[in-house]
Amino acid sequence: MSRENSLSNKDFILKIPTQSTNLKIIRDFITDIANKAGFDNSASGDIALAVDEACTNVIKHAYRGGDDKEITVKVRYDSDKIIISISDSGKGFNSEPDDEAAVQNRLKKLQKGGLGIYLMKKSMDEVVFDKDDDAMNSVKMIKYLR
Amino acid sequence: MQTDITMKIDEKNETSILHVGGYLDAHTASKFESKIQEIIKSGKYNIILNFAELEYISSAGLGVIMGNIEDIRNHDGDIKLTEMSDKIYRVFDLVGFPSLYDIFKTQEEAESSFGSAG
Repeated sequence: MSRENSLSNKDFILKIPTQSTNLKIIRDFITDIANKAGFDNSASGDIALAVDEACTNVIKHAYRGGDDKEITVKVRYDSDKIIISISDSGKGFNSEPDDEAAVQNRLKKLQKGGLGIYLMKKSMDEVVFDKDDDAMNSVKMIKYLR
Repeated sequence: MQTDITMKIDEKNETSILHVGGYLDAHTASKFESKIQEIIKSGKYNIILNFAELEYISSAGLGVIMGNIEDIRNHDGDIKLTEMSDKIYRVFDLVGFPSLYDIFKTQEEAESSFGSAG
């Protein structure tokens, strides 16, 4: 899995402290860019939700509640898609149930939580977790314009 | 910038109606949890969540509902959802809530559903 090292003039980058109070800033950042890229309000809402869930995972799991680090959200779009990379230097995303059967099973058992990654995959066309040589953990998500 | 959640409880007969507005995410979910707990601790288990003013919900908010429903149903109560926008409904729909929770267009319908059950 290759990382994009060069920045085009359509890269938008947000570096922000890993605090849950910043989630709305992150969602607003993503929503504005998704609208600019041509996604309608419903699709932009899906994209913001997926990014919120990814960042929430970083804040809650990767840093185990600490708030002294940064999360980087990088966004790029072209004529048919938006690509979002979220990276951190924490301990990585916890694995959670990610298939429909597991989530339905969880819902039926009325258990709490575990839906973040499932929602990311439902909201986006592609979700890829990556770990590169710098020990930075990242997730890359793509949604195509229809 | 408004990043918070607003909540107000109305009591109608044996039903507690919690009006939730603003943003229900990982930042505000603990406040939502506390409010649900406050209702349960007062001995009320018929709960309507009115989302008319809710702008946003993520899995953190869904998790609070899922985390409390078993206790509430074990006490012959329920959580019913109402007055949500299409945007909010979409998130519930993505995770299959409509087959497991009663979702009503209007608060009146949600209230009646408790009335007919009890």
